[in-house]
Amino acid sequence: MKKPILVIACLFCCAPLLAQIKTKAKPKPAARLAAVDGKGIYEKYCLTCHQGDGGGVPNMNPPLIKTSYVLGDKTRLIKVVLNGFSENVDIDGESYSNVMPSHDFLKDQEIAAVLTYVRKNFTNKAGPITTAQVKAVRATNKKKI
Amino acid sequence: MKNKFNKYLVLMAGFAVSVSLYALKPGSEVVPDADNAGLKLPDGFGALKVAETGAKARHLVVTPQGDIYVKLARPNKEGKGILVLHEASNGKAELKSSFGTYGGTEVALKGGYLYASSNTEVFKYKVNDKNEVINPDQPEKIVTGLKAGRQHETKSFALDNDGNIYVNIGAWFNSCQEKDRGLHSPGIPGCPILDSMGGVWQFRTDKLNQSYGEGVRYATGLRNMVGMEWNQQDNQLFVMQHGRDNLNSSWPELYTTKQSAELPAECLYALKKGDNAGWPFMYYDQIQHKKIEAPEYGGDGKKEADAKYIDPAVAYPGHMAPNGLLFYTGNQFPTKYKNGAFIAFHGSWNRAPEPQAGYFVVFQPFKDGKPAGDWEVFADGFSGSPEKTAAGRADHRPCGLAQGADGSLYVTDDSKGTIYRIIYTKK
Ligand code: HEC
Repeated sequence: MKKPILVIACLFCCAPLLAQIKTKAKPKPAARLAAVDGKGIYEKYCLTCHQGDGGGVPNMNPPLIKTSYVLGDKTRLIKVVLNGFSENVDIDGESYSNVMPSHDFLKDQEIAAVLTYVRKNFTNKAGPITTAQVKAVRATNKKKI
Repeated sequence: MKNKFNKYLVLMAGFAVSVSLYALKPGSEVVPDADNAGLKLPDGFGALKVAETGAKARHLVVTPQGDIYVKLARPNKEGKGILVLHEASNGKAELKSSFGTYGGTEVALKGGYLYASSNTEVFKYKVNDKNEVINPDQPEKIVTGLKAGRQHETKSFALDNDGNIYVNIGAWFNSCQEKDRGLHSPGIPGCPILDSMGGVWQFRTDKLNQSYGEGVRYATGLRNMVGMEWNQQDNQLFVMQHGRDNLNSSWPELYTTKQSAELPAECLYALKKGDNAGWPFMYYDQIQHKKIEAPEYGGDGKKEADAKYIDPAVAYPGHMAPNGLLFYTGNQFPTKYKNGAFIAFHGSWNRAPEPQAGYFVVFQPFKDGKPAGDWEVFADGFSGSPEKTAAGRADHRPCGLAQGADGSLYVTDDSKGTIYRIIYTKK
């Protein structure tokens, strides 16, 4: 029940927030946006399965260390977070039995921040994921459903 | 003391000592490794590494002839899912053969048959008078068509003395939520999958091709079990349930990360036909000592569940993943161990960000087929260090347990594939 409202609320508030950042208008929302720290989101929503060191859990939850998903196609990576993931696929030669739930309740900039955090930590050295990229993937993702 | 004793043994090592020990006690030419295979054990015990299989070694059985059948989680490079090792007189084993094209967890030996399961079927293989499988490529399929999801897919089982086999059919959910493990995702009303999973099914060992239609749902409301064993003293089935996860990540308003790391209990259940242990509608809280309604079904962490659900026989701390259960009937260990239970805790992951726990073998005292007294850690050190335990980065993860004909306790590790043997060395 809560989810659609959240998503709608988020859609409404993202755009103005972003506009304000771009134009560097008001300092207050800018400070709020800066507070969307990827590490915090990782610890709240991802750490339970992928662990503090990003190393995952053998046979259960895959590592986020230099995997083809983390370093590879950004659209695919964003979709993992939006839709969750439970495919019977091998991730770099190993299979994992747990189920990753959808995290579509996270805001675009939260997903961007957490994925940027993942791509820059756990010995990963990949470029950031932007809020615009998440927004674009979410839009086409929705059309598909 | 123990270390000095071991060092002494090692110094004196080899042939002379072996022979003299052999003269004292049959089977005792088997000596512990100098470092007790890296394990921390009670005074008077030692351990050796029997073999390094390099495979995900799940459960095992050891025959009086010194063959060890090891079930692998997945078929190895040669495509085989069951290894047969043979022990030399010093206790070290070499690969003798391998067979079975399927992965899984369980293997057991009883009444002239070796039993083993894939994730959907149970097979039996006739053995000869040396307990060797006669036709490794032609097993008889006794159970087929069992459901298996991505998680909790393995089919552990136990055998009674009346020709019945009790098979775990694990639920393919964490807590039967509409969105498995999702944030605030409610439970599916009535959890209809309980008709075909989330319980123990009873089949006959002497019938072929049985499935749900021929089996009996012996007990329900059990999320998943890996360690199951028939208790001979009480003539009853005991199982170790893997308790639910994600209390905090699904219900952050109701459970702190600390509570979520402790709860719920990993439960030992003594099962009778028709029992309902309450999953997914409840879990057992070992701190409040109460059956608590699951948050997916209206619970708030305090509301008590319907009293109709059975109580655990023993409740252990959360998430430690009990993967092996064995009632010790041997004569090698001191008498306090006789008829008690050993439980292999594979080790936790769902305690993060709190330190992880487990990765050890526990001893649970029993009296007359009922748990009696506090459990204690029996064998520790599999992980390599306390830091590795806390981080969940264990070198070895105990999984399966077996008793040798001489009363030794065998432990598998499904991470690196080490097979351990624990012996009592004190005279
Ligand atoms: C309930 C456990 C769980 C949670 C929470 C979770 N994941 Fe996952 N994640 C998994 C599992 C299990 C898979 C693999 C599923 C499969 O093999 O089909 C996975 C796969 C992935 C992958 C692709 C495979 C890889 O290893 O690179 C990425 C990236 C990922 N998760 C990132 C995240 C992020 C970011 C979060 C937090 C927003 C998160 N996960 C939260 C369990 C979880």
